[in-house]
Amino acid sequence: MFGRQAYCQKATLEVRRCILKWNFSNDHSIAPQIVEMIQTGILAGFYPLGSALPSVRALAVEAGVNPNTMQKALAELEAQGLLYTQRTSGRTVTTDERLIMELKERRAHDYIRHYFEGMQSLGIARDRAAEMLAASASASTSADTSASDTKATTTTTNTTEVN
Amino acid sequence: MGTILQAQGLTKRFGQTTALDNVELSLESGRIVGLLGPNGSGKTTFIKIASGLLTPTAGQVLIDGVAPGPQTKAQVSYLPDRTYFDNWMKVSDCLELFADFYQDFDRVKANDMLHSLGIDASKTFKTLSKGTQEKVQLALVMSRQAKLYLLDEPIGGVDPAARDFILDTIIRNYNEEGTVVISTHLISDIEKVLDDVIFLWDGRIERTDSVDHIREQSGKSVDEVFREVFKC
Repeated sequence: MFGRQAYCQKATLEVRRCILKWNFSNDHSIAPQIVEMIQTGILAGFYPLGSALPSVRALAVEAGVNPNTMQKALAELEAQGLLYTQRTSGRTVTTDERLIMELKERRAHDYIRHYFEGMQSLGIARDRAAEMLAASASASTSADTSASDTKATTTTTNTTEVN
Repeated sequence: MGTILQAQGLTKRFGQTTALDNVELSLESGRIVGLLGPNGSGKTTFIKIASGLLTPTAGQVLIDGVAPGPQTKAQVSYLPDRTYFDNWMKVSDCLELFADFYQDFDRVKANDMLHSLGIDASKTFKTLSKGTQEKVQLALVMSRQAKLYLLDEPIGGVDPAARDFILDTIIRNYNEEGTVVISTHLISDIEKVLDDVIFLWDGRIERTDSVDHIREQSGKSVDEVFREVFKC
């Protein structure tokens, strides 16, 4: 269920835009923010498993950051096992799907924690927050279904044109 | 990495005015350094001394261990705060001038950069807009394989889109073993590309630190910290 194909398909335009924007918040160091962005990029399939990453300088230019900062972030991702260096072809994304799954889980829990923290700051209790989330999820699922139906139709049309 | 620039007790007076007051500073190779300070804090004076255009009243500055002179000028690529090309010169004349003056000038690189800027080399300087003039100069300065780049207000006179282009050009083209010093008061635009910052205030060094450290320690951007330090 976690094949490379599936990854690529999951890189929705929305995520691509998020990744490519490289918007940094001002109250943290930049390197950890880059780490998180590239993690998201890997999880979303923007940087597919086993693919080569652009060079440090190319990435630095793209993100508009200092090459040393980019280097630091990539070293951290290497330490996490998400990237590895190949002598001939630069840095490559790991092919270890279990590692990716773990990361995905960890990042998902971060989002969940943020959600409950945010709701708590509004004075909404945990169980109520959970109810609201479930209600919102079921509401958006039905909306999503119709949206993806439209998308599927468009894709089919495109394929036909290509053929 | 070694030290590329060292200032010891560096002082410069213009008559009664003290522009630099006993500055102690050491810059390492391979860094991008922001020289930050309000107007009149001594940024340009410092850069002019380091590039050998002014001589200090007291103290000294050493570039790679040598006092500014012909030897250091061959290793230092300097972007002045105003243009020194004459109005009648064509962009291609400026290119010739650089190729003639500097052994480390990479003409192919300069041509590529001018091409990507969409600048016609046969145009004369006076027909170019201020922003384009600045871009031409930066392209020439960044086309040198220098050990030290001294850029005095490279983003001062240009619009935000051109600023991005200029920062992009700097990141893309600086020599990795070289150090880039960028003086500016437009901090928020450039702090992402800096390793270190130097805060100058009234000719003295108020603080030197790495951008990462400032952000970690204060939970604020360098721009915000700067506004606090230099609050009027």
